[in-house]
Amino acid sequence: MENFEPVIVAFCCHYCAYTAADIAGSQRLPYPPNVKIVQVPCSGKVDAQHIVTAFEKGADGVYVAGCLEGDCHFKKGNERAARRINFVKKYLEEVGLESERLEMVNVSAGMGHRFAQVATEITQKIRTLGPSPIRTALAQ
Amino acid sequence: MITAERKPLEELIEYVKPFKRILLLGCNECVTVCAAGGRKEVGLLASGLQMAMLKNGINIEIRQHTLERQCDPEYIEELVPMIDSADAVMSMACGCGVQQIAMRFKDKPVFPAVNTTFMGASERQGVWAERCQGCGNCLLGITGGICPIARCAKQLMNGPCGGSTGGNCEISDDVDCAWQLIWDRLKALGLEKMYLENIPAKDWRTGGGSGPRKIIREDLAE
Repeated sequence: MENFEPVIVAFCCHYCAYTAADIAGSQRLPYPPNVKIVQVPCSGKVDAQHIVTAFEKGADGVYVAGCLEGDCHFKKGNERAARRINFVKKYLEEVGLESERLEMVNVSAGMGHRFAQVATEITQKIRTLGPSPIRTALAQ
Repeated sequence: MITAERKPLEELIEYVKPFKRILLLGCNECVTVCAAGGRKEVGLLASGLQMAMLKNGINIEIRQHTLERQCDPEYIEELVPMIDSADAVMSMACGCGVQQIAMRFKDKPVFPAVNTTFMGASERQGVWAERCQGCGNCLLGITGGICPIARCAKQLMNGPCGGSTGGNCEISDDVDCAWQLIWDRLKALGLEKMYLENIPAKDWRTGGGSGPRKIIREDLAE
């Protein structure tokens, strides 16, 4: 538990959070290397199955980062993503995983600081929750 | 379409628990459209079951396959090469599909993954509502295209009843009074006369009242 390094998958929208991650990088803002970024064309493109598969393969946490409310490049993609996240959270509870392991966040393209802050906070939260029982079972 | 909803995971886990290799089947027809048992839902359920079992220290093998239609025997033949490598089958199709699988593969336990619910239509994205009960003697021609059997809680033939208030049914404010809808539509069409005709008591024999029904088209049947 002390040496636990969580694996966190972040699905980042190309138009906002992914650019924010770039800005965080160019500003040399540190954020935990536990966060593995997957670039997506829109947060609304992230399917329930993508999220569940990440957990099935052993991710300890997943978050979907979309544009600020009302600012989606595809108009409503981030709203759809938020509804989908709530649906998957309930499914995770059914499966027996803590729904806190999944989050939806909103970050604009210029928010490099916020991106780094979110990545740090979520990593800290997952660290407190401990390893996913699926990851533990897969390791055995 | 025939609508369905996934059963609680807890119930499905109980079904698959005794088995090692599961063939999880979807159907590309109605249950795909109502997002209950298509390819995507099969993938989601496979992952969910896999994780729930793994959490309890049990490793199961789940093979996924989605048929074009589970209610037609010719499509079910597609499963012949894969059925031997499964200890049990779980189907996300409607009850018709589940029964076709059970009939074709007599030595395999078959479990339903969804509760088949009703014949309905999409009201809007993600919302389906009951529209037909398959009574076998359609009344829509005299009720303005609105079905009093599927949409009136009391299945009244000559409604509305006293529970109709402000266009809503007494069972819930979210349910329209079917007879109010019928009257409004007949009036808009200038067909009020149809409303005044008494509809005789319904003969439910065509609606399953005389046992399981069958349609035989002699020109097609072999």
